[in-house]
This record gives sequence, structure tokens and C-alpha cells, in this order.
Amino acid sequence: MDITSMTAVELGKSIKEGKLSVAEVVSAFLRRMDMVEKDVRGFVTIDREGVLLRAKEVQKLIDEGKLKGPLAGVPVAVKDNLCTKGLRTTCGSKILEDFKPAFTAEAVRNLEKAGAVIIGKTNMDEFAMGSTTETSFFGAARNPWNLEHVPGGSSGGSCAAVAACECPFALGTDTGGSIRQPSSFCGVVGLKPTYGTVSRYGLIAYGSSLDQIGPIAKDVTDCAAALEVLASYDSKDSTSIDRSRVSAFSARPDRGVSLDEESGLSLSEGHAFDRGVSGVSLDEESGLSLSEGHALDGGEGYDFMSALVNDVRGMRIGIPRDYFGDGLDREVKERILAAIKALKDRGAMVEEFDLSLVRYAIPAYYVIASAEASSNLSRFDGVKYGYRAGEYEGLHNMYKRTRQEGFGAEVKRRIMLGSFVLSSGYYDAYYLKALKVKALIKEAFDRAFARFDVIIAPAAPTTAPKLGESLRDPIKMYLGDIYTVSVNLAGLPGISVPVGTDSKGLPVGMQFIGNCFEENKIIRAAFSLEQTLADMGVKGGKALWPEGMIR
Amino acid sequence: MARRYDTVIGLEVHVELATKTKIFCSCSTEFGGAPNSHTCPVCTGMPGALPVLNRQVVEYALAIGLAANCEISRVCKFDRKNYFYPDNPQNYQISQLYLPIAANGFVEIEAGGGKKRVRIHEMHMEEDAGKLIHDEWDDTSLVDFNRSGVPLVEIVSEPDMCSAEEVIAYLEKLRMIIQYLGASDCKLEEGSMRADVNLSVREAGAESLGTRTEMKNLNSFKAIARAIEAERMRQIELLEAGKEVIQETRRWDDNKEVSFAMRSKEDAQDYRYFPDPDLVPIVISDQWIEQIRARQPEFRTEKLERYRRVFDIPQYDAEIITASKHMADIFEAASAICGKPKKVSNWLMVETLRLLKERNMEPEEIAFSPENLAKLVELTEGKAINSSVAKDVFERIFLEDVDPVVYVDEHGLRMVHDEGELEGALKCVIRENPQAVFDYRSGKEKALGALVGQTMKAMKGKADPGLVNRKLREMLSADK
Repeated sequence: MDITSMTAVELGKSIKEGKLSVAEVVSAFLRRMDMVEKDVRGFVTIDREGVLLRAKEVQKLIDEGKLKGPLAGVPVAVKDNLCTKGLRTTCGSKILEDFKPAFTAEAVRNLEKAGAVIIGKTNMDEFAMGSTTETSFFGAARNPWNLEHVPGGSSGGSCAAVAACECPFALGTDTGGSIRQPSSFCGVVGLKPTYGTVSRYGLIAYGSSLDQIGPIAKDVTDCAAALEVLASYDSKDSTSIDRSRVSAFSARPDRGVSLDEESGLSLSEGHAFDRGVSGVSLDEESGLSLSEGHALDGGEGYDFMSALVNDVRGMRIGIPRDYFGDGLDREVKERILAAIKALKDRGAMVEEFDLSLVRYAIPAYYVIASAEASSNLSRFDGVKYGYRAGEYEGLHNMYKRTRQEGFGAEVKRRIMLGSFVLSSGYYDAYYLKALKVKALIKEAFDRAFARFDVIIAPAAPTTAPKLGESLRDPIKMYLGDIYTVSVNLAGLPGISVPVGTDSKGLPVGMQFIGNCFEENKIIRAAFSLEQTLADMGVKGGKALWPEGMIR
Repeated sequence: MARRYDTVIGLEVHVELATKTKIFCSCSTEFGGAPNSHTCPVCTGMPGALPVLNRQVVEYALAIGLAANCEISRVCKFDRKNYFYPDNPQNYQISQLYLPIAANGFVEIEAGGGKKRVRIHEMHMEEDAGKLIHDEWDDTSLVDFNRSGVPLVEIVSEPDMCSAEEVIAYLEKLRMIIQYLGASDCKLEEGSMRADVNLSVREAGAESLGTRTEMKNLNSFKAIARAIEAERMRQIELLEAGKEVIQETRRWDDNKEVSFAMRSKEDAQDYRYFPDPDLVPIVISDQWIEQIRARQPEFRTEKLERYRRVFDIPQYDAEIITASKHMADIFEAASAICGKPKKVSNWLMVETLRLLKERNMEPEEIAFSPENLAKLVELTEGKAINSSVAKDVFERIFLEDVDPVVYVDEHGLRMVHDEGELEGALKCVIRENPQAVFDYRSGKEKALGALVGQTMKAMKGKADPGLVNRKLREMLSADK
């Protein structure tokens, strides 16, 4: 079997068994890149030298028995908004064109600790703002299924790289659908975890309250394996949640958290340093009973592989009517309905329900994400790092020219939008109102998850559009996020899985949405669907690898 | 001036908290240090870095809030204050606007012979900015982020004060409370306490407030008093001339004793405050508040009361000593060791205050240990050294915190109790000063002093002057 068509877990197994060396695997992917990268443009930076050095180190650790995990020795591509020490991290922007971080993002460190080797940094919409990867300063990435089409975005580079077999799996980030939508366009599996599951430390923020890092892979198994490595409680990220301490009754990442009294963080003077208020725990007292702990999946925590069970009997699946009305492409709808039927045939209990509030999700999302972005991106000012305008007169002119020249149009649009909604006199009407909508959407999902284990939604209204089609009409592009943004607003986990292709041969993805901390339910549902479709011979997903891609 | 005017003053006081580490990272808050040596990705605003709140900051803020009789917010949040300036690495300051940690408190001050309450509007936590260093020679500016992320609380009063005297009484009261809590050293000169003065005037008896200005760059109590007086007069003169006071921020120049307009309300920035999504709301439980309350120290009023009951020292001394928690701590510790509070108090009230004044130091800067003061008291009480030697030794203690026992022995300063040696010296002195002996014997009592002095000199200061005096009298009358 061709190395580049193997999944991450298959590769890890072969490496562990000594059938493949890490260097062999890495070299195979580098060769694959040589062949296809000029067309795909999934990468901003390929770390050819670093990855070979690292391959040797990792091989040694594996041989010594010090690295035993399923991803040891497996190459991974990392979205270019995740800091990698010494390896340039651009966010797809001119303003960070030559920026080399001083530290590595926690999620990437977790991968490194597990023995994964970073092969490069993937292309993305500038600062993750976009749905096509066309806003990248480094040029648009292409959809490997058809190079005239976009791979989606903003993690389009990661998804294209996985789909083109340039890496077995990749990291993406998802603020409003940026993992799930491009996964759907590229026929790969992408998982956005519950907010707080993967540390954001080292993720260059777009919308801090919505951003989550997640895996993108060829199949559900790889996503589960990668999530086990990525997820961790991190005291450096105040919004990180210790899942081993989360009970099903208080599962609510967006709620007020109290300083952790129990873990003994009280400072005694005389310590070398003040102890951080890092151990934040969910407020047990607020006693929010959401899903009353269903029979499926008892203890969640950090075990995701055990959810890879091919069985959906008795699983209660909700279908929001509002997601299947006007605006959804007929072919996409057909494929999804076929997948739902397959699940039903396997014993799942499927029921439609109303989720009409989601019609406010797009405006609420764009207000909140842009507001946060306008502040998050203010640090890029030419003073400390990154691009600085060549000519300027005085400080303020330096700021203006640097940002004028350093940011692209879409980023500027969102900074302006965000600055506007936070302005004195408009804050209540826009930002505060958006926060209220966010809370209402969360409540609507709470009600839904009292009845359902998982919710099914499209990942995008259409299959991948042609290059250049979307940027002409930003509002239309924003509306394309209709099925994904609510999940971020509510902090929920979601996974996009391929369910076939349309008549143009472009992949169609479908989304499973779970309640907070119930990744295992969506992993189980997605895994079962993946197996079922493969048994049925439905094109899309693993069944198709690697044929059919790339001319 | 035909009309009479009232002055209305409110204060915004920034206090740097005495934590070991910064508010959102574990960098040291230590003063000094090479530029940018106390920095990390968090306090330099590197992409991807995230803040994590220092628990001690919340505890200090709670302690101050409780001591200032504030209501504590059970859920408080941090907000971002957005503005571009190079000393602010993220181009936003993490502060609190919507849900500050404490509000609606008061402190009681004594001014103008009466007591008065100054109400606290609100109190919040925030981070300090870095420091810009302008190199005029090079025409460049450099940024030092050592101060970036040092924790501050800002205490905003209501406009309840009407004179410089009241303002200073309020600041001194705040400073004392905070120093007693150990939450800050509150040094105006070094910037660990900074006060901005909001001042307006109105015709006596007028209902509505006049237009106010905000005065910045006030680095000492004296500067504050001068600035208040100058601003009050400036505003009155404007009104008397039929002009209007403009709402603006002004910068005080204490050398020239004038202020300059910095920016007016019209060009006030829109800070676009919004809740910082990188930080979670802080839930403050009853239990936590009670813990802080239980740990609150004995404040000055209670301390004075206890001193009155326990120690035999004058009320005036007790007031001076308790005005500084540090001085009171030294007093109590030294008294406990030597059991002689009256003597300890004397050293503090006379020599310590003298040396502080000479060196322009604050009581907070006293660096000697109570053990050494106690030992000195024991040495003098045990007649091991005489009082003039003791003063010299105390100065060494004050300056270098020497162990007086070691110091006295090393320098051979113990009093000589060997009567034989003393008598030898006395005989010598009597022999060599016949005129003084004659004068004394002729009834000139003053002449004895000269002979005592000569003897002390001969004994290199180590004799007990009382004993010398007695012995001399004895010998002079015996030889007659």
C-alpha cells in the first residue's frame, strides 16, 4: 500500500511494528508534496530539514520504547496560525510574513510529545477570516478534487493537504466552521471539539471566545486518536477545562467559573512566585442539568478512541428543520438525507425538531467574532514584531501605514466591523445584543440535547465553489457559514464527515453536533456512518482514497 | 474676588500591588532589573500568548475593598480597554469596567478638626503598562516591558473632598490601610501610588457641579497640595473673567508650579471596552470573603486602643508609631524581646525619627531588625554601654543593621567597671588640671563638668559618666 494513502493510525502501527521507518514515511510525504503541492498550495512553509532531523529523534525514541502512542512517528501538518518555535508562523498574512514565534503552541507541543513530526505549516485565510483560503497573502489553496475549486476555509490548506495525501492528518482551527466546512469541501473528516478542550495557548487568536483547535484527517479513527493527544487541561489558558473533572450535569463551558478552592491554589506568602489563578473549575454550584447523563457514553474525559463503536442502535438523532430548507443545495440535501436514512436503517431514532433561533446565528457570530478580532489584531502594529511600513512620519503614521499595507481587505473589513460594534453608543445595540443571541442559541441547544444524543446538520449549503466566486460577495460568503457558526456560539463539538459526492464529483460533508463534552457521541455516530457508507460502497471518505484526486 | 467659591475634588488613585509576580504571568514584579529582563510572551503581547489571573491580586484587591467598606462583586470580570500606544504591547489594557471587584465604600478621614467620610465609587484591578525611553540623541524610542503587567488597583472616590488638606488626609488614610494590609508600599515618589485629581469649583451654595478637570503627574503630597491650590485659582480666575472651564486632562509641572492642558474631552478616545474573552469571570464566594476578612490585620484604631491598654507609652508616641505599620511591627517585636516598651519607644521616637528626617526617608524604609534594637536596649539597661556610645551604636544599627553586641565588643566600647583603672585616670586628671580642681573646691560647681569630660576622654568614652561624677566628688572632697 502506498504510504501516503495510509491513515495516521495505520502509519503509526506500521512504524511501531518496524514495518516502516519514520524517515521512510516522512520522505514519502515530502515526495508527494513535490508532486502535488504546486497545484494544491496547501502549505505556506514546508519544514524539509526540520522534519528529517525530527524523524531521526523520534525513531530513536520509538526504538528505545519511549514513545508508544498511536501517532508516534506520524507526520502532521499544522495550520499557520498555531505558533511553532523557530518555524515561521504567518497566519496567512503579510503582517506576519517573517514572524518566528518564541514558543510552541500547547496543542502542537502535545502532538510533539506524542511523537508526531511536524512537516509544515498550512495555508489559510488571512487570520482565519474567510471561507475559501483565498484571502491568504500567500495565494489561494486549491481543492484537490478539482483544482478550479476552493478547498473551503479557513483551514483550507490543512484540509487540502490531507485530501491530497500530502500529510496523513493536520491541525485546523474552527471559529465559525473553519474546520468543518473545508473538511466537507475536501472530503475529509474534521472535528471541532467542545470549547475549552484543546488549549488555545499559542493559537494566534481571531475570535477568542469561539476559537477551538481540532484535527483534520482521512477518517474518524484518526480524528479520535488525534483528539486524544490534542486535548489537555492547560493552566496557561484560562478558558481551558479539565474534562476529567467535568460532570455531565455541569457541562457548560460558557458559564461563570469559580476560582478553584479545592486544588489548593491559595497562595501562601513565601512561595517563590504567586500562584496563578489557573485552576478554574466549572461552577459546581450552578447545578445546570443539561443532558441528564444518558446511557450512551458515561465517563467522557480524555478517552475518545473507545467511542469508535460501529453501532447507533437507540441513538436519538435530531434533525433541525431550519437547516434543511431554502438555501441548501438539492444534491447536498439528497446525500445527507441518504446518510440519515442509512443511520435510521442501522437502528438510530431520527426525529425532526425546530431550531429557528439559528437564523440569528450569522449576524451574532459576525458581530462577536469581529469585535474580538478588532481587539486581538491590534497588537500587530509594527512596533514589536512582524511587518513595519518602510516609510512613515511619526508613530501614528507608522501604525496606519503598517496596518494598511500589512492586512488584506477581508481582515480590514472585519476590524472595521468589530471596531464599529464596540464603539461607544453602539455597544448595546450590537455587541451586547449579539451576546444575548449567543446565550439564547445555547439555551435552544440545551433544550434539544435534552431530547437528542446528536444533531445532524449540513456542513455547508453547497459543495466547494469555484475559485474567485465567493470573494466578490462577502455577504454571500458569510451566509455560507449558516450551518456551522451556531456550534461555535454554543461552544459545542461538531464533526464533519464525507457522505458522497455531487454530480460534479465534489465531496459532500455532513455534520454531527454534540452536547458540550459529548464528543464521544458524535465520534460514535460519525464512525458508524463512515463504516456504514463504506459497506454500502458510497463514494466519499475513506472508500475513495486516493484515487480520483489530482489530475 | 467678589464671589466665594467652593472646591469639589474627587480622586482616582492607582496603587501598585506588592505581589511577587505580575497580574497575568509569572514574571517578577521586582523594581529595577535590566530593560525587558522581567518579560515573557504574555507581558510583551506576543501572538498566541494568553493571560492567567494571579490569585494574589484578587486577594489583595478584596482585602483593600473590605478595608474600605466596599461592597464586593460576587461575579467580576475583566474588560479590554483598547487604545494604541507603544508602551501597551497588546494595544489594549486589561482592566475592569462593567463588573469591578468592589464598589460603594468609604474611608473616614480627619481634617479641619473633624471627621468626614469620603465615599469610594468603585475599585478595580488592572495591569500596568511598560515604559517608553526616548533617546533624543538618536531620535528613537525604546520600550521596556518590565512594568508591563504589574498589577494595579484603581480606587475611584466620589467628589467628596473640598480642600488639599482633605485630599491629603484621604490619601494618607488609604496609604495607611493598604500598608497595614501589606498590599502595597504606596510610595508616591516611586509611582507605586499615583493620584489623579478631578477638581471643579462652583459658587458657594450652588446646587450643580462645575466643569471639572483632571490633573495628572502628581508625584508627592506637596505637589498635590500645590496643584490643587493652583488649579482652584486657575478655574476661579477663568470664571471671574467670565470664561468657561474646559473639561480636559491637565499635566502638572511641579518645578514651574503650573499645569498644561494635555487633551480635552472632545478628543477623548473611545476605548471600546468589552469583556476580555481570554479570561473567565471570577466568582467570589462568601467563604472566600470570610477567609480574607479573617486574615485582615489589626488596623490603627484597634492598635492604638491595645497600646493604651498594654504598653506604658504616651498617647502621642503611640500615634506616631502606629501611623506606620512597619514601625509598629518593629516596636512590638523589639518590646516583646527586651520587655522594655518605653525604652524601645524612645529609640523610635527620638533617634529613629531624627535619622529618618535627616535622610528624607519614610518609616516604611526602616531596615533594621527589632532584635538588634532590643539588644541595644538590653546593653544600655545593663549598663554595658553608656548613652553616648549607645547613640553611636544605634546609628550603625539604623544604617547597617549591625548586631550591637558584636559591634560593641569588636570596637571595645563596653563601659569600664574596673574601679582601679578609673581611679588611675581620675588621679591623672586631678593632677593635670589644678586650676579646675581649685575652682571646684572654691565652690564653682561648673568646674566639675570639665573634669568629668577630661576623665571620659581619658577613658575613651567607655566609663559610666555617673560613676565618674560620683568618684570625682569623693576624691576631691577626700583630698581636701
